[in-house]
Amino acid sequence: MSESSAATHAGHHREGFVKHYFFSLDHKMIGRQFLFTGLFMLVIGGLLAMMVRWQLGYPEEPLPFMGGFSEDFWDGESWWAQTAPFGIVTSEFYNTLFTMHATIMIFFVVMPIMIGGFGNFLVPICIGAKDMAFPTLNMLSYWTFVPGVLLMLLSFFVPGGAAGGGWTSYAPLAAVPDYAGVEGHWGVTLWCISLFIIGFSSLMGSINYITTIINMRAPGMRLFRMPLTIWSLFIVAILLLLALPVLTSALAMMVFDRLFGTNFFIPDGGGEPLLWQHLFWFFGHPEVYVLVLPAMGVTSDVLSTFARKPIFGYRAMVYSMCAIAFLSWVVWGHHMFQSGMDPVLGTAFTLTTMLIAVPSAIKTFNWLGTLWGSSIRFTTAMWFALGFVSLFTIGGLSGIFMASTPVDIFIHDTYYIVAHIHYVVAGIIFGIFAGLYFWFPKMFGRMMSETLGKLHFLLTFVFFNLTFFPMHFLGVGGHMRRIYNPEQYEFLQPWQEMNTFITMMALCLGASQIFFAINFIGSLIWGRRAEDNPWEANTLEWDAPSPPPHGNFLEDPVVYRGAYEYSSPEVEEDWLPQSVYLEPAVAGEEGHD
Amino acid sequence: MAEDMSATVTLEPALEEVESEVRPQGPPPFFPEPPGGSGGDDRFGDDDDHAGPPLSNAYLGLLIFLGAETMFFAGLIGSFLVFRVAHEVWPPAMLPRLPVGVTGVNTLILLASALTMRRAKIAIRSGGQRELVRMLLVTAGLGITFLLVQGYEWLRLLQYGLTLASGVYGATFYVLVGCHAVHVLGAVIWLVSVLWWAARRRYTARGSAGVALCAMYWYYVVALWPILYGLVYLY
Repeated sequence: MSESSAATHAGHHREGFVKHYFFSLDHKMIGRQFLFTGLFMLVIGGLLAMMVRWQLGYPEEPLPFMGGFSEDFWDGESWWAQTAPFGIVTSEFYNTLFTMHATIMIFFVVMPIMIGGFGNFLVPICIGAKDMAFPTLNMLSYWTFVPGVLLMLLSFFVPGGAAGGGWTSYAPLAAVPDYAGVEGHWGVTLWCISLFIIGFSSLMGSINYITTIINMRAPGMRLFRMPLTIWSLFIVAILLLLALPVLTSALAMMVFDRLFGTNFFIPDGGGEPLLWQHLFWFFGHPEVYVLVLPAMGVTSDVLSTFARKPIFGYRAMVYSMCAIAFLSWVVWGHHMFQSGMDPVLGTAFTLTTMLIAVPSAIKTFNWLGTLWGSSIRFTTAMWFALGFVSLFTIGGLSGIFMASTPVDIFIHDTYYIVAHIHYVVAGIIFGIFAGLYFWFPKMFGRMMSETLGKLHFLLTFVFFNLTFFPMHFLGVGGHMRRIYNPEQYEFLQPWQEMNTFITMMALCLGASQIFFAINFIGSLIWGRRAEDNPWEANTLEWDAPSPPPHGNFLEDPVVYRGAYEYSSPEVEEDWLPQSVYLEPAVAGEEGHD
Repeated sequence: MAEDMSATVTLEPALEEVESEVRPQGPPPFFPEPPGGSGGDDRFGDDDDHAGPPLSNAYLGLLIFLGAETMFFAGLIGSFLVFRVAHEVWPPAMLPRLPVGVTGVNTLILLASALTMRRAKIAIRSGGQRELVRMLLVTAGLGITFLLVQGYEWLRLLQYGLTLASGVYGATFYVLVGCHAVHVLGAVIWLVSVLWWAARRRYTARGSAGVALCAMYWYYVVALWPILYGLVYLY
């Protein structure tokens, strides 16, 4: 009797399983939900990329894992037999593959992990709050995201297959149902609806992040004491808030065009295909910085922590992120140099695009300045942060080439662009890995294996560069983006060996991620218990227990200084947490009140 | 020295055991009061309360949401303008004209609803429960009237042959005006729920945030309409 009542009592305090793991209001659990969803989609998006590479490296040869199936299987009605007969990627399926690869990686991997995962987990705890401003809205944000994911995955199995118009879904290709699929037209429609839904999810997240950061900071946590990760998420939330509704309006028009006979983007009925491009890229370019800014923020925090030095030019870092965010609204035309726009207008977009190089360079040099003369601790997180900086430098520099119209006319829609976007956007994965290796102890209370982590970094970094760097040469050689079979073009035949090489390297890059999977899952179960502050870092999340309990902090933190007081002369240790109060050196022993 | 400080700060001995080291804590050198922490409270509208942030969480969240709404309509209005500017003759030949007069009266009805909403807000600030309910009822009535007139005009236009497929003219009209109508509908639903609570005397003079937030959204939806009316019907 007393035992059962005690159990009831304990159950009253502990949330039920479903409430705890599924419909949790706790920002940390919602962050983990986004993280795991994003990692799951990373596997799917990666496998799609492998199939894209297979087709390019070994055109119209059966996929290697398809050999075991019998003739009966391929004669059957199964989805595989219909989509990829005899394991050969058809041209329609190929279009679907690269479209969905990009869509999934951008909207369902980088955004959920960086903004949904790290954002939810870190924003309240790094500013010393107990939770988000609107916990219920936060839960709704995840559960609005899930139907979006399911619809996007479902679209693979509708008649005609998933969307195949590229992740940009240019009209009229995507606006006219007949163009998109063989018999069905549901692919692009579901694509639109799915993005429409996750737009609402992002909106709820943005409202939460902005409100939380403005209103819920701990005492003493001034804006200019916030870690740069939080700054980046703050700016990203504002960008998303203002950019995604424009895409939402464009998606609404696209769905109306496809389902209800309007003619917004279809020239036959007086529509304007270029309007879609303008609306899409007005969203799309801020979106690029939505993806990359959190990676920059994470990199700044990781670099400073393991260089044991204050970040070089903290305010310059903040201001340059603000400048990047502002400039991102006035550069969308550089995606459309080839659309027939007025060359004068093109020149204006060239200039604004070149301007973005300035704050980006400030950030890069500040990272280098942080490293200069430091005593670096080479942890896995540090390796990945260094990897991000180097890849971002390459990707940023190649961006300058395509910003100038005369060069862009030559390299537009070639593999040079593919190389560029992968150095930048796939480079973000290095920022994600840096953040995961860095915050894993805080998120899950266990340490990841450094040995496996460094092996994972080494393989990923080497194969990443071997995969994507040769694409620059392919692009200058004239290899077009999104073509199904490069062997069909005589001038591309000399390049086919390089295509095959890239494919082999891409497969190795994919296989290298197995080490991450082993490390991640293994550490969740068998990892060494993490102490509260394993990296001897300064920011508030390391004050909380690992993993933090509901409400995050055992006592309400008070912030006395910025986030980057490493190797401070005021203390013996080489770190000085934000929440530690130091007696003023001049004050008398008893005189201070 | 350190023990002295900790005695004043650490209230529960249990926490002291968890903390491996006792940190000397002093007064926070900045922000004598915490900048927020209690979310979703009823502080909105009380000018004499300076403890919290200048804007409560709910108020700020709604403002941010309205920013997103503005960008959504900016996308639609921008698209409309692209088509409108490209056409010398608007509406295009052989397509019905829009009911400028009836919709003009309807515009006045919607604008009047903002005034009654404002009276409701003022009423509850001085505790006028009955006046609040009456004014909310009038506001909801005006909003529903606006929607009904819009719906009736839509039906007439459909009979005259203006459909979604009637070129970009029909498409922009129905999508732009329809998106606004959906927002009015949402605002009416919110308003009715506020009315439901107001009838049960949930709101007080110091706790009227629910009314104020709804009013803010209502003003936004009302203020948006003259812009759309001017662009779609008059321009």
